Amino acid sequence: MKKKKTSLADKIFVVFNTLFMIAFVVITLYPVLNTLAISLNDGIDAVRGGIYLWPRMFTLNNYKTVLTKQNMLQGAYITVLRTIIGTLLSLVTNALLAFVVSRKRFMFKSQLSLFWVITMYVNGGMIPIFMLYRNLHLTGTFWVYVIPGTISAFNMLVLRTYMQGLPDSLEESAQLDGAGYWTIFIKIISPLCKPVYATVALFVAVYQWNSWFDAMLYNRMKGEYTTLQYELMKLLSSVMQQSGSAANASAAGASSAAVTPVTVRSAATIATMLPIICLYPFLQRYFVTGLTIGGVKE
Amino acid sequence: MSQGVAKVKKDKKITWKEIKRQKFLLIVSFLMVIYGIIFYYWPLTGWLMAFQNYKPKDGLLGSKFVGLAKFQFLFQDATFLRVIRNTFCMGVLNLVTSTIMAILFAILLNEIRATKPKKVIQTISYLPHFLSWIIVTGILHDALSSTGIINELLMKAGIIDRAIDFFAHPKYFWWIVAFANCWKETGWNAIIYLAAITSIDPCLYEAASIDGAGRWAKIKYITLPGIKPTIMILLLMNVGNVLNAGFEVQYLLGNGLIKSVSDTIDIYVLTWGISQNDFSLGTAAGIFKSAVSIALILVANFAAKRMGEERLF
Repeated sequence: MKKKKTSLADKIFVVFNTLFMIAFVVITLYPVLNTLAISLNDGIDAVRGGIYLWPRMFTLNNYKTVLTKQNMLQGAYITVLRTIIGTLLSLVTNALLAFVVSRKRFMFKSQLSLFWVITMYVNGGMIPIFMLYRNLHLTGTFWVYVIPGTISAFNMLVLRTYMQGLPDSLEESAQLDGAGYWTIFIKIISPLCKPVYATVALFVAVYQWNSWFDAMLYNRMKGEYTTLQYELMKLLSSVMQQSGSAANASAAGASSAAVTPVTVRSAATIATMLPIICLYPFLQRYFVTGLTIGGVKE
Repeated sequence: MSQGVAKVKKDKKITWKEIKRQKFLLIVSFLMVIYGIIFYYWPLTGWLMAFQNYKPKDGLLGSKFVGLAKFQFLFQDATFLRVIRNTFCMGVLNLVTSTIMAILFAILLNEIRATKPKKVIQTISYLPHFLSWIIVTGILHDALSSTGIINELLMKAGIIDRAIDFFAHPKYFWWIVAFANCWKETGWNAIIYLAAITSIDPCLYEAASIDGAGRWAKIKYITLPGIKPTIMILLLMNVGNVLNAGFEVQYLLGNGLIKSVSDTIDIYVLTWGISQNDFSLGTAAGIFKSAVSIALILVANFAAKRMGEERLF
């Protein structure tokens, strides 16, 4: 085939497109790289400003400060715990529910689906939910992070769509061999669902890792149960604003509004984002497939 | 009714044998339904509070009913009307800007021929999605501060001669929120559009090339029409979320000086319900938000049906 001559318009297009992508990458990466550079710079020197992508006076002291802050470590411990327990719990329950709903023979499959789909659109709202958790004695405990919201209709639908795509003959032949539904779930369906399990686990884990509002709402008074992101918020908002809601919240949490050096705040920010940033590039194909089946089908 | 019965009979008869066979499924469903009732349906009974003068010591059953008094109070409260406006305007602005950015990014990324750079750009584009709002607003706050990079660039370019305090003037706030949303979610939202573009029949592009169509023409006449159903579906799904899009960013970035534009319905509920302990008023505001959200979904769905587009149900 003869290579076509590119027209002038197409050349302009390529130039424009390249510029757009460069701008996009710079705008996306610069703030993160800048934060990284500041976090590796000496605290007093950083006040002078003018640090862009490279630290001027290199030091690891900021990270040492962050890693010896008791509340940050406590928050990290709770966050790791809630991410692990919350993800496992959520995966098991949503997978079971999706399995049940996707069985062709199941007598209540459409009613059960509807029961859960409704929860996507109607919910009690902040106050009734807050009161429910208080009445159940979930507030002021670790469990408020993992028990409510374990089953979510969205994740269930992603799993269901995937399971519905598996051939029915697998289930039928297993049943002929005398396998019960539990065996079919564990031995036949689950091994085939590994990719979509990974997708849902990723969604839940990211949600758990980044949560802060529930810590503020339900466990503000319990220092031992606050999460990493909430501790980070207190650290960041200690200098954010003189007034305003964020500062009010921090004043409620941290009685001493001591201003933390910008370098320490940067170090805390980087430390908090690091685990997820290191992981997500390797999980790309999982969330891409997950989003596509979850978004387009349902 | 009789139709339903007939259908059940035809599909699957509920017999003892079948119940025994499906015992496992039934037990799991039963447990899940109990869970769902407790955590998703039971809070709906709390909506009663909106029609009461709820006192925690009297409980839900003992508190005095006041009819629609709480709603009346809400709609006479200038603050509430303002938070509705803020929530709605920011929600729409976010929806429009983030949709346009995601489509633009997906189309332009798709036009990159070299696989390696394409892959790298895409990986980078997801990054902000994985950062929490705490981190994003923290970074944004630094970038927009009087000594931040934005002011520095604007001053170097000679556009302004004194640093702007972006968080002190109400006129910037909605755009800052929209930008924050775009920054965080463009790459993530583009995933679905990219998938939709990939599923367009390549023959169409080949045929267009033979007819001498350039890249602009192909985007305009093949790619955009090809992803139109996806765009419609996603817009529909997100219309119902317009009022939900107003909490974390506004809460974290707002301050006393710009309260009049930054406070949203959720922040109003939080202030009245949790901080001031007026559960009834907070619940009433929450009900209003739910009702509007559902109405928006139904209207969008109806409109899509009328226009002969894809719809949700």
